[in-house]
Amino acid sequence: MPSQITVRIDGVLCTATEGQTIFEVAEANGKVIPSLCHMEGVSPAGSCRLCLVEVAGVDRLLPACTTPAQRGMAVTTTSDRLVRHRRLALELMFVERNHVCAVCVSNGHCELQALAMSLGVTYVRYPYNSPRLPVDVSHPRFVLDHNRCILCSRCVRVCDEIEGAHVWDIGGRGIGSRVVAELDQPWGDSQACTSCGKCVQVCPTGALVEKGYGVEEMTRSNSAVARLAMKKGAAS
Amino acid sequence: MRKIVIDPVTRIEGHAKITIQLDDDDRVVETAFHVTQVRGFEKFTEGRPYYEMPSITARICGICPISHLLASAKACDAIMSVRIPPTAAKLREALHCGQIIQSHALSFFHLSAPDLLLGFDSPPERRNIIGVLEDHPYMARDGIALRKFGQQVIEGLAKERIHPSWIVPGGVNAPLDPAVRDRILAGLPEAKAITRRTFAFFKSVVDDFPDEIAHFGNCPTMYAGLTDADGGLQLYDGSVRFIDAEGKVVVPAMPAEDYGSYIGEATLANSYLKAPYFKPHGHPAGIYRVGPLARLNVATHCGSPEADAEFAEYHQRFGKVVQSSFHFHYARLVEIVYALERLEALLDAPSILDTHVRARAGVNALEGVGIAEAPRGMLIHHYKVNEAGAITWANLIVATGHNNLAIGKSVDEVARHFIHERKLSEGVLNRVSAVVRAYDPCLSCSTHAADQYPVEISLLDADGDVLDRVRS
Ligand code: SF4
Ligand code: FES
Repeated sequence: MPSQITVRIDGVLCTATEGQTIFEVAEANGKVIPSLCHMEGVSPAGSCRLCLVEVAGVDRLLPACTTPAQRGMAVTTTSDRLVRHRRLALELMFVERNHVCAVCVSNGHCELQALAMSLGVTYVRYPYNSPRLPVDVSHPRFVLDHNRCILCSRCVRVCDEIEGAHVWDIGGRGIGSRVVAELDQPWGDSQACTSCGKCVQVCPTGALVEKGYGVEEMTRSNSAVARLAMKKGAAS
Repeated sequence: MRKIVIDPVTRIEGHAKITIQLDDDDRVVETAFHVTQVRGFEKFTEGRPYYEMPSITARICGICPISHLLASAKACDAIMSVRIPPTAAKLREALHCGQIIQSHALSFFHLSAPDLLLGFDSPPERRNIIGVLEDHPYMARDGIALRKFGQQVIEGLAKERIHPSWIVPGGVNAPLDPAVRDRILAGLPEAKAITRRTFAFFKSVVDDFPDEIAHFGNCPTMYAGLTDADGGLQLYDGSVRFIDAEGKVVVPAMPAEDYGSYIGEATLANSYLKAPYFKPHGHPAGIYRVGPLARLNVATHCGSPEADAEFAEYHQRFGKVVQSSFHFHYARLVEIVYALERLEALLDAPSILDTHVRARAGVNALEGVGIAEAPRGMLIHHYKVNEAGAITWANLIVATGHNNLAIGKSVDEVARHFIHERKLSEGVLNRVSAVVRAYDPCLSCSTHAADQYPVEISLLDADGDVLDRVRS
């Protein structure tokens, strides 16, 4: 039986179970830490860097979603420095690919957009990368638009860990990284894809969407996927 | 030889440049109308799912996005091979009426009224909507109110004023809320009253511009516009009719998908805007005009009582085929009357509240053409897709494109008539831009504040050296 520990989050004493991440403890105690790649019910990835927090005695910032809470830790979830870093992370996401909210199916229902608004990202300070990226429309029901992908890997994890199909991976390196279906085939040619749509439900942006949806029409329910994950966790 | 360049023309949407070439005796020998911007929508939509086209192409213009939404959605309907629910078609048309009203009101009151009310030779710093507000406060207020009504129609129906996402392939994405219908209907009487007042005023001054009427693109051309099967005016649906300069019907009903057999697209030097022409007559003989002037020439009637009366009076005053581009203004007012009556008829029908407003389908044809009448004239969207629905090719012909050759010809005519010296008088400059403005062209199709259009005119001599340059 894992032992109970106490940590301080923004000065408030919180009880936690050993092995829980800072993110989980914070959440259980009603604290909202910004996040993009984190998704309840699947393993953490620590890739977006939105959940960075300050830990007393540690110089660098730590991602809350992958850092285990430790006895006596004192965590700060919001400060000028953290806001600066989070904004920077978002700005870099915006410049990396082509995020054009005005013509996006997810406009108004996008986690990236919502976070940018809540953190006051009203402009970006860097030149846009404007890459030429394809849109994979080969699947009969869904579309993958690389222009809007932020490589959070939620789709990869949900497909592997919950559906058990493992269609998705991240291929390539660095700025050339892409979500790929089955060793980089058109999605429509994938043998493993069950067309369950879980990846579409969890994508935080307009990268994975239902086919035929017009601008602003794409709403999703990733809590449904999280509920499935919980069930699966309980069964195994 | 000397050259005058007017660049860009003020009080139009977008940027254009006019070059006027003088000979050694200071007579105009040649004029050219160039559009110096390219937006490349055809290129960068390649590979995108076809059903995103309405919202993407609506970005072409901040003044008449609805026209692009409609033409694009119709092209997508064709790719899906669906007949959209009848109520959806009516709702789209009602939205379009709102668009016509607000766009025509903007053109008439904000962009053209300064010339009409204050005179073409009035001081340029006053020849704008502010000047109108000072001298004719009533008129300016009416203009603002009428435009606002049109915008409220759009806002009520589509929930957003600019670039609504309500229009979708297959129909619209939500049925009409009865409260919105009632609100729009409640605003109609005031909008009609404004239009009647404005019309009465305009009729009282229209005869004060004999010179402009005679020389503002008063050249015979063919005309093209949508009509229904009986030849009645259509803004959203129907098929394209071509008539010749005498009013004889040349093509009674062009099927949208055959536009390529009737419309050729020439490329002009110095301009990014292609120059469409009526193919059977060749280039440049196949010059035709679109827009309010053309629509009222092509149609045999409007189909609603007040508009029909105005239509009859209009043709009684100016003839069966009205040629002078100056009468675009008059035609716009007739169309506002029509759009208000049509809107009322559409909203009064109980079936407008039907909740079946969207057809769903995948790709059932690899090609689709959609045609709608933008406020400025016929708008064609033509897409090709692959089996999966990705755009492989797109072609857009916008109203200003159709009018490209005619605008050039009109400018030429005005320049020849009004320019007699080596210097550019304000009145001349303004008349040259006013003739372009009569077409209400939308050149780059990007939004600008109504009184911030810069104008630059250069006068060049035979060797291409600048003699005179004016920039406001
Ligand atoms: S497609 Fe969506 S869920 Fe998958 S990595 Fe990209 S942004 Fe994340
Ligand atoms: S949520 Fe922690 S790094 Fe993305």
